[in-house]
Amino acid sequence: MDVFLQLTLSGLSTGMIYALAAAGFVVIYKASDVINFAQGDFLLLGTYLLFFSVVQLGLPTSLGVLLTVLGAVAAALLIERLVLRPLIGEPVISTIMVTIGLSSVLRGLVHAVWGVSPRSIDSVLPTGTTAIGPVTLSTARLLIVPIALAVLAALWLFFRHTRDGLAMRAIADDRQAALSLGINIPGVFGLAWGLAAAAAAIGGIMLGSIVGVTPNVATIGLRVFPVVILGGLDSIRGAVVGGATIGLLEAYAGGYLGRGLNLVLPYAVLVLVLMLRPYGIFGRVEIERV
Amino acid sequence: MGLRRTPVERVRLGLLVLFVAVFPFFASPYWLDLANQAAIATVGAIGLNILVGYTGQISLGQGAFMAVGAYAAGLFTLNLGLPWGVGIALACTVSALVGIVIGLPSLRLKGLYLAIATLAAQEIVEWAMTHWTALTGGTDALVLTAPTLFGIRLNTGFNFYWFGAILAGATALFAANLFRSRVGRAFVAVRDQDVAASVIGVDVFRTKLLAFATSSFIAGLAGAMIAYYRTIVTWERFTVETSIAYLAMIIVGGLGSIRGAFFGAVLITLLPALVSNAGMAIQDSAPGVTRMLPYLQQAIFGVVIVLFLIFEPKGLSKLWRNAKDYFDVWPFAYRKG
Repeated sequence: MDVFLQLTLSGLSTGMIYALAAAGFVVIYKASDVINFAQGDFLLLGTYLLFFSVVQLGLPTSLGVLLTVLGAVAAALLIERLVLRPLIGEPVISTIMVTIGLSSVLRGLVHAVWGVSPRSIDSVLPTGTTAIGPVTLSTARLLIVPIALAVLAALWLFFRHTRDGLAMRAIADDRQAALSLGINIPGVFGLAWGLAAAAAAIGGIMLGSIVGVTPNVATIGLRVFPVVILGGLDSIRGAVVGGATIGLLEAYAGGYLGRGLNLVLPYAVLVLVLMLRPYGIFGRVEIERV
Repeated sequence: MGLRRTPVERVRLGLLVLFVAVFPFFASPYWLDLANQAAIATVGAIGLNILVGYTGQISLGQGAFMAVGAYAAGLFTLNLGLPWGVGIALACTVSALVGIVIGLPSLRLKGLYLAIATLAAQEIVEWAMTHWTALTGGTDALVLTAPTLFGIRLNTGFNFYWFGAILAGATALFAANLFRSRVGRAFVAVRDQDVAASVIGVDVFRTKLLAFATSSFIAGLAGAMIAYYRTIVTWERFTVETSIAYLAMIIVGGLGSIRGAFFGAVLITLLPALVSNAGMAIQDSAPGVTRMLPYLQQAIFGVVIVLFLIFEPKGLSKLWRNAKDYFDVWPFAYRKG
């Protein structure tokens, strides 16, 4: 029972970080049809920016978190303006490849500046454990779940109840109609990248406080694909459900099955979903068939 | 149809052949090794270009196809004691079969969904390489004996060069002729307009599977070449980064161009070497640059991809054509009429 609860918590907390990365991915895809392979590198950037501001600049944690999120958003806005905007309307392979290139640039630069050896950081979240009845659980992981859910809920509310959110949904529905109604499409694309980077940076901060500041943080970039395909490429709710499912699956597979199955099962799920229900659990049923 | 039509083209081909024939006698082992890597990359990039550039099926699974080729070559040679020539043939065949299996999702999926499906295939093959210990030996490398031809070892830099150049040339010739045939034209038709293609009698699904099979057959060849050149087969050479590097080659070189695949393969192979040479050159004035080199290589690799996509999405082959057009009428700016 002990092990089961710990695995569940570990899976849920990792899953919520996946959900944050995936939600950013979904926001960008919804708005601009771009598949962002660099999503994991925004987590990496978030982790290292926090290390930079808290350890190297010696700022207090709250200020450091703020600076990290702002830094990631600034980077995303710059990238959207300089790299993605010239490619609006280009074929899928161009947008896929350009984000792959960006991922390489971001990762290379982060490592060129901060190196690859693991760094330590006074965790933003409290270290140590909390005893709930007979079970001891990691406090940081316990806190991650509600924090991530709060951020995701905020993102969801933003989509539902603000003008900009409405504009984004309008663009996702019909770009030309949105344009003819006077919606500033490039502005909305920028907003989407900013939001995605903010969500990823928050995910990176939390990931950094449970696994440390290491290059491994970026591996989440590819792990996002099973999550978004399972949940549906254009659904934030889907990102949450998909993130939790994939996180739990990984944790249980790692804990009970071993043999590295936690690495491969998410992709097996991905293939299954693509075969049976390519639009995922909550995605819009509008996939192109051959 | 002839390979080259005009006298100028014949001269250019002659010069290329001459350069290829003379190069190894003057090159240092370092440059020979790079040339061999470029030859292998050319084979792989042509294979990927058949699938992505000509048939329009985005694949992030090139590393997986090459892995299958390399492991098949290694295992057939090691376990069954087959000669390397048979090893290569079997490696290509096995790869082509795996390519068909991985291509099956293309029955239902297009564009980015197919890209994600091939990414999953890549991850699954990567897992099999490292964890299916009974077959692949897991994370331990397979060590092969050196392949020989008439008693000459093939895996030295100088000797492999000829082998690599011939195979790369043969692959290019095969691909060039493929796209003059009915099958190759069907690939292009599926890329350009799959509905129209099926209206004029192209079986779209069969054509896509055939493209997967052809492409992975050639990828398997590249994998087998790596296996026999290095005589060591490890999973690290066939990760998702490999797939990305090959996609970069055909993007930078030019999608749907055999010349482009060659240009891209050469550029992407040489890029890390160029960056590290540049880094070494400035290390006195910029200390610490050597420590950063691997990451700078990675960053510059990304920058090259991004710049090409923004400024010349048709790649080096388009630049080559521009240069050729420019010199066609030199010293005039453009042709009259």
